[in-house]
Order: sequence, then structure tokens, then C-alpha cells
Amino acid sequence: MSLAKRIIPCLDVDAGRVVKGVKFVDIRDAGDPVEIAKRYNAEGADEITFLDITASSDDRETIEHVVEKVASQVFIPLTVGGGIRNVDDIRRMLNAGADKVGINTAAVHNPGFVQEASQKVGSQCIVVSIDAKKVSSASEPDSWEIFTHGGRKPTNIDAIEWAVKMTDYGAGELLLTSMDRDGTKSGFDLELTKKVSESVSIPVIASGGVGNLQHLSDGVSKGRADAVLAASIFHFGEYSIGEAKAHMRKQGITVRE
Amino acid sequence: MEKVAIVDYGMSNLHSVFSALTKVSNGNFDIQITRDPSVISNSDRVVFPGQGAAADCMRQINQFDLAGSVQKAASEKPFLGICMGMQVLLEHSQENNGTECLGLLKGSVKAFSDTFKIADISAHKIPHMGWNTIDQKIDHPIWAGVNQHSYFYFVHSYYVSLADSKQSAGMTDYGVEFSSVLTDGKVFAMQCHPEKSADNGLQLLTNFLNWNGN
Repeated sequence: MSLAKRIIPCLDVDAGRVVKGVKFVDIRDAGDPVEIAKRYNAEGADEITFLDITASSDDRETIEHVVEKVASQVFIPLTVGGGIRNVDDIRRMLNAGADKVGINTAAVHNPGFVQEASQKVGSQCIVVSIDAKKVSSASEPDSWEIFTHGGRKPTNIDAIEWAVKMTDYGAGELLLTSMDRDGTKSGFDLELTKKVSESVSIPVIASGGVGNLQHLSDGVSKGRADAVLAASIFHFGEYSIGEAKAHMRKQGITVRE
Repeated sequence: MEKVAIVDYGMSNLHSVFSALTKVSNGNFDIQITRDPSVISNSDRVVFPGQGAAADCMRQINQFDLAGSVQKAASEKPFLGICMGMQVLLEHSQENNGTECLGLLKGSVKAFSDTFKIADISAHKIPHMGWNTIDQKIDHPIWAGVNQHSYFYFVHSYYVSLADSKQSAGMTDYGVEFSSVLTDGKVFAMQCHPEKSADNGLQLLTNFLNWNGN
């Protein structure tokens, strides 16, 4: 018996509704975050992550209501990311029922924010999201750089150094997304994942690129990730969380029953 | 209606504990979040959660003058400690260069990092975060309907080391085998978060609400 590797479905939420169409045949309202969260919980999801992609600041507080509603009915850890800029934002999410918040751009602009946040609410609540892109050419040793704004803005910050720094600053966990792989369904960037996971003492969640169940297993066994996050393969009903766990178990990976 | 007090000493987000208890209480219990000693002493059962660092927790408990009420409640009525609400029941924690705790149970709280260093274990990330199993060491009404080796959700960097292993109600393995659940008299306390442990957690909370403390 040992600590299980986690499978985390991720939902994009815009103005309180799940977007990128989740397709469960027997769900009445596929845009309702509560219905979908309940379904993932019933399938055995180990946590659920909500990414708030609401552009309009007027609609921002709707994510709080979403979290409140989900947290009153689904009793597994919930993470909320997107638009978290200060400790007040964090407290609002935690008070609504989130267990952890994801910090991305705000950490890049002001790394001290991660320090402040982990001191005020505890490291266990702070997930630093890292969006990384490979910047080395084929003839060079591998290197990755941090990007913000959905992978559009380069920062000249080395991804491995950044992961170590965020750990030192009090992050409780890292959500590592390969911007090269995100949306490609060609699997995680395993070299990046392994390099980051072996460079830090805190858990690493692999993200970006999952297209099949073997990709999830590889993230753990080859990428040394502590958890794997995916969106579309679960949303569109290609695979259930149960099937993902059965596949990982068959490969000798410990997962929660 | 039976009253349940969730002790709020400003060190954790109590929303989850409150909503999980509300869910399993089916409207049959009056559940209150409180730091008022009179509310605690008038309640029929007490839940004592907590998050964060040991020194901060003890400072808050003392600032709100809750140590006495907590100790009294733990000796008189069904009492459920969760996470830091379990750790501060011990005598002493290594956290924050050493913190004196409430001392309801004999033993101390140790750092995974120190233990891993001594044992030369490097493969384990800290915090111990995620779902792990509990090896139930005793029969207890609170384990009713919870299978042996069921998974619960953990997130912590320090662990309890009991002086008297007979007080351990469950053990968990994370590089080191530690007491993840302990019980003594009317106290039942666990390192993991039943309020975040899906059906197993809800079953355990249901059992707590039905437990007569014996």
C-alpha cells in the first residue's frame, strides 16, 4: 500500500458554464459544472480542477458561485485557477470551498506573491502553474522557457530554474503544462516532466497533450509525475476515469480503488 | 436536536467540513461553526479541524482562549480531530523549531523531511499529498462500513508518533509507517481529511455523528 498516483480532470469554465463541450450522453445539462463534477466524482476522479477562462471582469465572481455549489455536493479536493492575482482572490476561492488555487501569470510578474500567499494560507493551498515551451534546437541540450498568456508571451525564464524557485518560495505543488503538446493529443512532454519532477521536492502534476490512456501511464512511469491532468479525453467520453485507472493499474501504477 | 460544534480558531477553511457534515446529518443535527467556549461546552459533539503551521495553530488557540474548552470537550463528549486538529492534541511538535501543543495524548509530531534524511529516502515528495490507505488497527464504531485499507485524502508534512501504540486506530505508510488515526476515550482523530475523502469520508463522518463516545 502506498500513496496513489492521481488522475485529475480539468474543466474550463466561462461565466459559470463549462465550455469546450463535455459530452456525457446521460447528463441533462452538459454545461453545468455541478453535474459534471458529480459525474467525475462518481467515476473515481481523485481531484477536480476548474480553470476560469472568463474574460469579462464582471463575470468573475460567478466562478465563486460555481465553486460553492460544487463544494457543497462533491467531497473530493477542488482546485481553481485562472485570474488569481492577490491574496484576497485566494481567500475568496478558499472561502467558497476550493482546497487549492492555481497561480500562474501573477507569480511570473511577482514571484514574491507566491511567498506571501503560502505564508498566509499555507503551502498546501498553493499550486503554481507553469506553462513551458521547448526553446532549444535539436543540436542543443534540452531547455524550456516559461510563457504566460496562454503560451503567447515569452519571459526568458528557464522552466527548471523557475520550478525550483517556486518550490523554494513555498508552492505546495506544481501544475506543469507543455505548451508544445497542449491540444495535440501526442502525449506529455516526458523529458520536461521528468526533469522538473526530479528537480523539486514537491508533487508535480503533468499536463498538456494527453490523447490516450498510455499517455497517462507514461506521465507517471516515464515522466515521474505524481498526478496527471487531462481534459478532452475524459470530456468527450473517449475514456472514463475508471478505464484510465484500470489501464494504469495494469501497468503496476498504484491508483485509488 | 443534537448540537455539533466545529471549532473555529481561524486556522482553516471550515466550509468543507461544514458542508460534508451538513450533507451526512440529513437535517438531524444542528451544526455550528464557533469559537465561543459556551457554545462548545453546550454542544453534544465537537469537531476540531485545522490547517497550517503548528505554532500558528497554538497561538490562535491561546489567543481565543480555547485550550481549556477543547480539553474539556475532548474528555466529555465525542470529539473528532482532523489534520492539524489531530497534531496539536499531542505534547509537542517539531514544527517551527519546536512547538508545545495541548498534550491530550502522549507523543510528538515529527517532520517527514528529518525522517527521510536519516533513512536516506529521497523518492518521496513532501507534502505527503493525495490518496493513501489506512490499515485499521482496532475495531471501532467509527470504522463501521469503512473497508480495511480504504483510501483517504492526505496533505501534510509532519506526522504523529504516539508514545503508546495502543492508541493508534490506523496506520499509513509513506516511507515511514505512522499513526494516521488515533483514539483515546472520547477522542477520535485523523491526519487525513474525511471531508475530502469521497464516500469513505462521508461514511466516517456519519459514524462520528452516530457514535456515543464509548
